[in-house]
Amino acid sequence: MKNAVLHPASSRFFADHGWLQSAQTFSFHGNYDPARIQFGALRVLNDDTVYGGKGFGRHPHDNMEIISIPLKGSLEHQDSMGNAAVINPGEIQVMSAGTGIYHTEFNKNQDQPVSFLQIWLYPDKLNVAPRYGQTDYSKGDRHNRFQQILSPDPNDQGVWIHQQAWFHLAEMDAGIEIEYALKKEGNGVYVFVIDGMVEVNGETLQQRDGYGFWPEGRTVIKALEKSNVLLIEVPEKW
Amino acid sequence: MSKINILVIADHPEILETIIRLINQNEEWNGIGAGSLEEAVASLELNKFDLVLLGVGVDAQTEERILNLCNVKHPAIPCHRHYGGGSGLLYSEIRYALAGG
Repeated sequence: MKNAVLHPASSRFFADHGWLQSAQTFSFHGNYDPARIQFGALRVLNDDTVYGGKGFGRHPHDNMEIISIPLKGSLEHQDSMGNAAVINPGEIQVMSAGTGIYHTEFNKNQDQPVSFLQIWLYPDKLNVAPRYGQTDYSKGDRHNRFQQILSPDPNDQGVWIHQQAWFHLAEMDAGIEIEYALKKEGNGVYVFVIDGMVEVNGETLQQRDGYGFWPEGRTVIKALEKSNVLLIEVPEKW
Repeated sequence: MSKINILVIADHPEILETIIRLINQNEEWNGIGAGSLEEAVASLELNKFDLVLLGVGVDAQTEERILNLCNVKHPAIPCHRHYGGGSGLLYSEIRYALAGG
């Protein structure tokens, strides 16, 4: 498929900071590959594990939409706007960093690691007022269908961000096929396999593989075994 | 060997300080901060830069003025947006820009 990118899990950058194990799909911090900068507005997709009681100390951000999706364990958030919260699997957190925000993210528990996806998207507006949000999506139906967990619309399902992007999750049984209809024509789709094995456009994707493409027709994801999939729709330009 | 001089323009003092500190952790780079258009213009008049990064608070009008100034006075200097306000993207942005990206 034209302009498709396949990112096998093993091709990611791996950073071991002792307290943090991070598998990074795109160039991040000291890891740099000019061929792995971004997929459209999707700039960071880090698969992080933080050991018990450890975490990211106070540090700043600006002009970036930062989304965290816990997969296992609990993440404790505090920020310079006075927000203090804990997020667990089944919840999604978003920060619009805008004109500047400081935050900490720590493993809430001393005795078990927290694993989460840290995803950054370029914003479609610069220097917006910083904002924090989180929502519980756990009660939604994502069994053999896509459940929306993020959009650009504050009144739509899930959290919202300053970008024409949508996130969906699906828990698929083996053999199931799900069609995804783009929310906005011209956008790209990045499929990230949280676990399991799926087939998209003839590509077989295994756990933690990523595959980005610019749909030219129907987008169908087929589960080759029981699978959890995150689908990220993003614009190429904004 | 002379260092690569990088001008960072941002109107958030703490974030600007953080970015400059992060840049200067690389012994081959020298970061200089400007907290306003006026400071940026003065720095560009006085110093020779290899890269200009436009950070938080730089609006479209200021960006245009900086780009115009660079085009007229320093046409070889790449001018790029810095996103994120910290270490995550900074090194990639600098390396990409210096490579002509």
